[in-house]
Amino acid sequence: MIKGLMLAFAVLLAPSLASAETFVFTAIPDEDETRLQQRFQKVADYLAEELEVDVRFVPVKSYAAAVTAFRNNQVQLAWFGGLSGVQAREHVPGSRALAQGVEDAEFVTYFIAHESTGLQEGEGLSDAMRDMTFTFGSKGSTSGRLMPEYYLREHFGEAPEETFSRVGFSGNHSRTASLVASGAYQLGALNYTVWENEVAAGNIDTDRVNVVWETPQYPDYQWTIRGDVDERFGDGFADRVQQALLDMDDPELLDSFPRSGFIPASNDDYAVIREVGQELGLLD
Amino acid sequence: MWQSATVRTSLGFIALAIACAFFADFQISTQAPWQELGRLMLGLVMPDFLAVDFLGEALLRTLAFAFVGVGLGAFTGLLLALVFHSAWVRTGCAFVRAIHELFWALIFLQFFGLHPLTGVLAIAIPYAGIFAKVYAEILDETDPQPARVLPQGSGRVSGLAFTRLSQAWPHLVNYTSYRLECGLRSSAVLGFVGMPTLGYYLESAFAQGLYGSVGALLILFYVLIATLKLWVRPRLLPFYLLAAPFLLGSGLPIVWSNVSRFFTQDIVPTPLRNGEGISGLMTWLLDLMTTQALPGIWNTLLLTQIALVITGTLAMMLFPLISRHFTGRISGTLGHVALVVMRSTPEYLLAFILLQLWGPSMLPAVVALALHNGGIIAHLVGQRSNQLTLRQDAPRGLDRYAYEVAPRVYGPFLALLFYRWEIIMRETAILGILGIATLGFYVDSAIQEIRFDRALVLILITALLNIGVDILARRLRSRLRLRHTATSEP
Repeated sequence: MIKGLMLAFAVLLAPSLASAETFVFTAIPDEDETRLQQRFQKVADYLAEELEVDVRFVPVKSYAAAVTAFRNNQVQLAWFGGLSGVQAREHVPGSRALAQGVEDAEFVTYFIAHESTGLQEGEGLSDAMRDMTFTFGSKGSTSGRLMPEYYLREHFGEAPEETFSRVGFSGNHSRTASLVASGAYQLGALNYTVWENEVAAGNIDTDRVNVVWETPQYPDYQWTIRGDVDERFGDGFADRVQQALLDMDDPELLDSFPRSGFIPASNDDYAVIREVGQELGLLD
Repeated sequence: MWQSATVRTSLGFIALAIACAFFADFQISTQAPWQELGRLMLGLVMPDFLAVDFLGEALLRTLAFAFVGVGLGAFTGLLLALVFHSAWVRTGCAFVRAIHELFWALIFLQFFGLHPLTGVLAIAIPYAGIFAKVYAEILDETDPQPARVLPQGSGRVSGLAFTRLSQAWPHLVNYTSYRLECGLRSSAVLGFVGMPTLGYYLESAFAQGLYGSVGALLILFYVLIATLKLWVRPRLLPFYLLAAPFLLGSGLPIVWSNVSRFFTQDIVPTPLRNGEGISGLMTWLLDLMTTQALPGIWNTLLLTQIALVITGTLAMMLFPLISRHFTGRISGTLGHVALVVMRSTPEYLLAFILLQLWGPSMLPAVVALALHNGGIIAHLVGQRSNQLTLRQDAPRGLDRYAYEVAPRVYGPFLALLFYRWEIIMRETAILGILGIATLGFYVDSAIQEIRFDRALVLILITALLNIGVDILARRLRSRLRLRHTATSEP
């Protein structure tokens, strides 16, 4: 039995040879897993063809897990939100934002309300919301937590926990939509593209929930790559990845995000997210 | 009756729990909680075994992580049990077992990432601490006589093998097989943080409302645990242990430089890293204590005390289900099945399900803790009651329960409940990850913010709290003279 355990340990620690030169990427789990899996498997196939290396998509269970995998060099590329991208680049010197969706340069958050609240479409933040229940998305989300919290604090002049009778974290945007639709929470804040995606897919009964406010614009999602990929995959590899992402024009692929196309992005584009993150105490 | 210390202690606990209940939040916030429960039940009645092409993989990985983790834990635990008289080993073991498997997994995830080693160590380390303690207690209870009559010059190892180990062997095997069952539950729950086990698929299926898949996954899990005795045979064990490491999956390769970075940078408190010295550290600690640790501790204690009393009440109500003094052959079997289902469902999984159905409050947590732990204690108390012999003319029904059986099993029941106290608290803390504001909530927040220095301080506080409760429980047990043997431990 002891021998068996030793052997077991040896097997565990042996590096997996097949993955040595595989380019691995991940994405923050901001939506339903099946949808993410389908979308990013297509991206993996596309990148493998363009870059002529093995490309593997690895799903993770939390925003932090995506940042950690990137930081630990277990993935080299990631589709991050604004905040998670800033966290990741902060922890990995030399890493850079490569590309963002056209929509990401001017992203917004939707505040949604269950019909039972009596709040009207486009009504804006108001004192009528006090003492209702409210849910964010993931704790590490930009459009589901950071920016909505920022605007809530700005409007009400206090922490959301004081404004609302209950504040929750649903985990992701799809779940925020369904929790508010079911009335589990009266109010919620979420990524507007996910909302529109869910409405288009017929998953939301728009008679029961509506959008009461949309935030001002801010930069959000982006592809971020580690600085050391050139050493590992050859000179100019990061630039080739960037070009491949910018060249993505298959409508089916773009629709799955949904984005109308990808444009170049830089680390500096996200300075405002960094500042807000620091202001809310989510970044040091 | 009021002079009895046992009665007074019990009433004290109940009064405390009632006081706690005034501060707790038990609201059901979903609009149609029973409709969702109905959909789940429908999923259990009509499980969808075809839709889940990953069912096999989920089960295989759950088994593999359990076998490797428990195997490694048992082996290390046995070695530690032999040197358990050392205060260092005892303290070390108390410490590692005070930290929940999920917390261990969250720690290892930071530097091993999604490598199988993360899951294996998350099980093996706390289990080694538990095995060391229980194995040492079992070995202590063996008759010392055989060892004294050994001829001079007998080797230590063979002496041990032929005297204490051989006497204790049946108990060791018994306890280890019980722990394997716990290991399966732990392994399943590790899926919630990203290991490829049952919890991983269950969470996805739930998030997407695929109740048919949820039903299929749950049913297979129950079958796996209920049939444990059939397929885990001593002769097959070496085969399982050898095969398991190969079935863990490959995950992502480990990058070893991350390990040193974690220990030399990540967990160093931020003010020290930025050179702000001791005063900076004090401000940082004070802020962490007041804004996170204290509210976390408060909610953890509140929830623990309420859950403990409800667990106890439930156990005393349910043990007749499997007691031969109250049931016949068929009703006894049914009762047995009910208790097996209750105790096979990990608290975390149950709380996760109830949270989806009822919305976030302390209610899902209390119900989950009470059902799981109540099921375990009821099972053990029921077994205990079966050893009682009643008079021929003993009353029947409620009178038999109130005047004959309950008073006789109450002592052992309290001993078991106090033993579970620490376990309930450990689980209460971990349920915070699901969004209930116990310590785990703040640990999870710190990890989501990539602030491991804070996470680690909070995990240490949780561990100290657990150790404190463990000591308190032991004091109470000895004050009330509740007999407690290693082999009676759940």
